[in-house]
Amino acid sequence: MIREGVVNAFILALLVAVPVWAHFNDEPFTITLATRAVIFALAAVGLNIALGLGGLVSLGHAVFFGIGGYAMGILAHHAQTFTPVIEWPLVIEGTKSMPIIWLVAVTTSALAALVIGFLSLRTAGVYFIMITLAFGQMFYYFTISWTAYGGEDGLSIYVRNSFPGLNTLVPIQFFGLCLTALVIVLLMNALMARSAFGLALNAARQVPQRVEAVGLDPKRMKLVALVISGAVTGLAGALFADLNRFVSPTMFSWQMSGEIMVFVILGGVARLFGPVTGALVFVMLEHFLGGLSDYWHIYLGALLLLIVLFARGGIIGLLCGRQAVHD
Amino acid sequence: MSLILIIEQVLNGLQLGVMLFLMAAGLTLIFGVMGLINLTHGSLYMIGAFAAAAVASLTGSFLLALIAAMAAAAMAGVLVETLVIRRLYDRDHLDQVLATFALILIFSEGTRWVFGSFPLFLDIPDQLSGPVTLPGGIQYPLYRLVLIVVGLAIALGLGALITKTRLGIQIRAGENDREIIAALGVDISRLYTFVFALGAGLAGLAGALVGAIQSVQVGMGEPVLILAFVVIVIGGIGSIKGALIGAILVGLTDTLGGIFLPELFDLFTDRATATSAGSALASMSIYILMGAVLIWRPSGLFGLRA
Repeated sequence: MIREGVVNAFILALLVAVPVWAHFNDEPFTITLATRAVIFALAAVGLNIALGLGGLVSLGHAVFFGIGGYAMGILAHHAQTFTPVIEWPLVIEGTKSMPIIWLVAVTTSALAALVIGFLSLRTAGVYFIMITLAFGQMFYYFTISWTAYGGEDGLSIYVRNSFPGLNTLVPIQFFGLCLTALVIVLLMNALMARSAFGLALNAARQVPQRVEAVGLDPKRMKLVALVISGAVTGLAGALFADLNRFVSPTMFSWQMSGEIMVFVILGGVARLFGPVTGALVFVMLEHFLGGLSDYWHIYLGALLLLIVLFARGGIIGLLCGRQAVHD
Repeated sequence: MSLILIIEQVLNGLQLGVMLFLMAAGLTLIFGVMGLINLTHGSLYMIGAFAAAAVASLTGSFLLALIAAMAAAAMAGVLVETLVIRRLYDRDHLDQVLATFALILIFSEGTRWVFGSFPLFLDIPDQLSGPVTLPGGIQYPLYRLVLIVVGLAIALGLGALITKTRLGIQIRAGENDREIIAALGVDISRLYTFVFALGAGLAGLAGALVGAIQSVQVGMGEPVLILAFVVIVIGGIGSIKGALIGAILVGLTDTLGGIFLPELFDLFTDRATATSAGSALASMSIYILMGAVLIWRPSGLFGLRA
């Protein structure tokens, strides 16, 4: 068995080395692919906070991914058409500035997570899975019929949004931005898992009664975890929209929620680099198997099935052994 | 807005409801008895529709097509249960969701590989096509009326199976305590396979019946699957009665909401806003219904307290 830290360092090195190599060998497509993987990883790290630490099986994380995407889409759409987002009670203009867009994406998805969590955490188990799925569908159908922002066709943004001091149209610079965001969130995630809050949350997942007995409120901690988780996935959504310069209701689809969950489980639930590994492997499979066969989803399905049946800790679990603490 | 339109829409809602019931009944039994979240149910629905379309185009017989649909879906169900799902009963829901998600990928792409991406068509048999005149002079398609009757008949039959027969007793006992009924000498793994096949057969039948009024294509199962999940969550997981009431509630809300919400909004705002706001709200209405039910009763209308 390899130590988890070694595997994590290797993955991080790979994430830096491959795009840099691609940059100097003039392979912009590889950089785009890596950017896609990093953004998916960020979305999955978000879900892993709710799923791995909090034990919340949310099949509706596409909600936050989509809200982040639409936050970018709506603000940039108004900026490129020179119309205000709202005129009353105060005039809010659109913007093409990434930091502002990210702030809006993170806040709105955190707010959505607060409301959804407040309602959904009344239920548990299967009902929780189903109600989060239902919220996802609610947003999906809402955006489909929201004709002001393109309805089913979505919104196209002509030029990628800007970041002070960088030229985001250069693939490697945009990649660097996304990777930095991922590393910062991973650091936060690692710190959080070791903090008092993280430990209490971990305990609340395993034995909620005991946590309650020492005077903590498990439901409230889970709500906080869901809000943080939603905010991170929302940020990923804004970046994903910027990568494609396009948002559409598919960002809210339940397949999206399923895929984010697949990233986490493929890599390893509750492992710091699990979601990163999962997203990386998924994007590589998508690229290579997709090139081999139009029906690559069959192989993906078979692989996933084998992982669930025979390698329960995901890829990180296979490499590093299963964690001692696991419910 | 006339009375005739309202009655027609209520019938449409009922028709959607009973077809959802066929899906939801299997899902709720499988969850109730085996504690399994089965996302593959939508694929079984699709397999039923494809088998029906293939057999109908070969033999020209609608009845044979329906039998083939049930048989193919039940066989696929037994295959999946014995090969994969049997290993998942004592796993947590996360593993079940993921494994059955993987199975959806395999089934959908496999079907696309065999039948291609173009939709197939399944024709309504001549004897059942055309409208009938209902009391009050309402013209309504005969086939949809037959669907309502067939669906309700199956609901009654399933109710009788669960409450009156020895098998039903075993199923209900399995929902309550699977260890004890295994200890009492019931072959639990055969019971599980049977319940799974029964649910799969019903899903296949629903796929074939609905396939005749829509097109038969890859991916047709998932929207229905999600609606069926909404149904069983509203009705309470594990309850056949809950599934029936939930299905009809969802069918009516979906159909009537799509017609009447834009009309309702029209009273307050201009036409364009009313249409878009009304249809946006209508497409969300069943999820709002589900949210409301869960907030009011976190285990559904007829669910056991978790």
